[in-house]
Amino acid sequence: MQLRDNLVLKVSTLRSRGVIIDVTVLDVMDSFASRTLHDLVRMIKLRGADTVIVGIQPEVAFAMVQLGLTMEGVPAALDLEEGLAFFNQNSLRKETGPRVK
Amino acid sequence: MKRNGNQPYVSASTPNATTPDQLLRELVAHLRQHRTDLREEWARRITEAQLLTAMSKEEIFAEATSVYDNYVEALETGTFEALQAYARNLSERIIPRGVETNEVVGIVLLLRDVLARSLFAKYQGDFDKLNRILDAYEPAANRIAITVAVGFVQERERTIREQQEAIRELSTPVLQVRERLLILPIIGLIDPQRARQLTEQLLRAIRTNRAKVVVIDITGVAAMDTHVANHLVLTVEASRLLGATVIVTGLSPEISQTLVNIGVDLSKMTTVGDLQGGIEEAERLLGYKVVSSHDLVQQT
Amino acid sequence: MSNEIRVAIQTDVDIVTARMQGRALGTEVGFGSTDLTLIATAISELARNIILYAKQGEIILEVIANSDPCGITVVAQDQGPGIIDIGQAMRVGYSTSGSLGLGLPGVSRLMDEFHINSQPGQGTTVTVKKWKR
Repeated sequence: MQLRDNLVLKVSTLRSRGVIIDVTVLDVMDSFASRTLHDLVRMIKLRGADTVIVGIQPEVAFAMVQLGLTMEGVPAALDLEEGLAFFNQNSLRKETGPRVK
Repeated sequence: MKRNGNQPYVSASTPNATTPDQLLRELVAHLRQHRTDLREEWARRITEAQLLTAMSKEEIFAEATSVYDNYVEALETGTFEALQAYARNLSERIIPRGVETNEVVGIVLLLRDVLARSLFAKYQGDFDKLNRILDAYEPAANRIAITVAVGFVQERERTIREQQEAIRELSTPVLQVRERLLILPIIGLIDPQRARQLTEQLLRAIRTNRAKVVVIDITGVAAMDTHVANHLVLTVEASRLLGATVIVTGLSPEISQTLVNIGVDLSKMTTVGDLQGGIEEAERLLGYKVVSSHDLVQQT
Repeated sequence: MSNEIRVAIQTDVDIVTARMQGRALGTEVGFGSTDLTLIATAISELARNIILYAKQGEIILEVIANSDPCGITVVAQDQGPGIIDIGQAMRVGYSTSGSLGLGLPGVSRLMDEFHINSQPGQGTTVTVKKWKR
């Protein structure tokens, strides 16, 4: 909860456009954790920034989808590096023209 | 002279009225005493019956000796653990050489026969005693035969299971065709266990190869039940959580029907008709531009 | 039986403890890393339910040895308000949105066996099992 409030505050003060949330250390993502994360992403979105989640472990991903936690609408990337690449690519696309959906 | 079954103890001095225990002990002593010739006789009969043809004469004799000693010990102690362990160990050694179940059962039954014959020869003058000796011998001998045969079959089943595992791993390669692109061609029958294994393999491969796009080609899959179809959807969703997009190719009309019937949200899944088209779509996603070689020549 | 571990569930930290114990026990049984994660996730889900709905309770972990295949049993017990409509509870949260369900149908998909016993006002016991393939 504290992390959430801090993060949302930071997004405002730093006028961030993108946030990467790294969950590499999580060995389990249950529905509670997933919902917390999803809420966080929505709040950041309301603050005008996009979020990408990185570092979900293969086993954790498997357990998550079994639970029905697909994190719909939330971009995901393999790790921090990929997360950064995601934002670079996206800002590039925004500059070069409309994104094809 | 008829023996009364209720009579609990009989004096040992009465030669014809011994307990089963004593009979077994006498039997064991006999088998120990004639160890050499009985063993040889057994080995000879094994060769004669053309059993264990994959093994040399010396090997057969060495194994026969061990089995013989374990056999006598099981008779004596009534415990089968040592024999069981030996049977498993023996099976482990001879299964890779192609020894069949009937051969193992055959040699154990031969030993039983060889020993029974020697008992006939020894007690032929005293049918009453022979009968009682056989009464004591039979159940123990049968249990030994079963122990060895079951041990062999179990070991064989284990080997088969291991081989199946290995074949499964081999039959589902995750191929990296170019950087960041994996192809998973699935061929044959998919049961829930294999589906699960495929997903685990794929998810790990996505991480190891840092794949961005995966093409799952199921042209070679004839049928898919709802469980496996659901599993396919889970695999697509899990891959996305690792940052990889899945393209499914080669869906047969039947499988498409199954997917529609279970209400799969097809918007979540990219499907392309065939593998070739799937790879092209993958390359497009990865930012490669597909140019025909003809155009390429003209450009330069 | 000595292969039984009980973890009292009252705070978030207890959830982590239960999950770690579950992993440790599962490793002993010989489960692979995917199954260990499924088991740990189920424990997490069940323990979270205890805190959310009953405030406190207990997670009991037990090895199922002496059987082929062997496995692990997880029991989540509480004396909370109980579930009035189990049928409905098993449907809630089925949607893939991150809605606040009881997560029970999800747990049943993570594990191989699922039993629930609940009386309104008397508490809930969920028993799940996973077999080693």
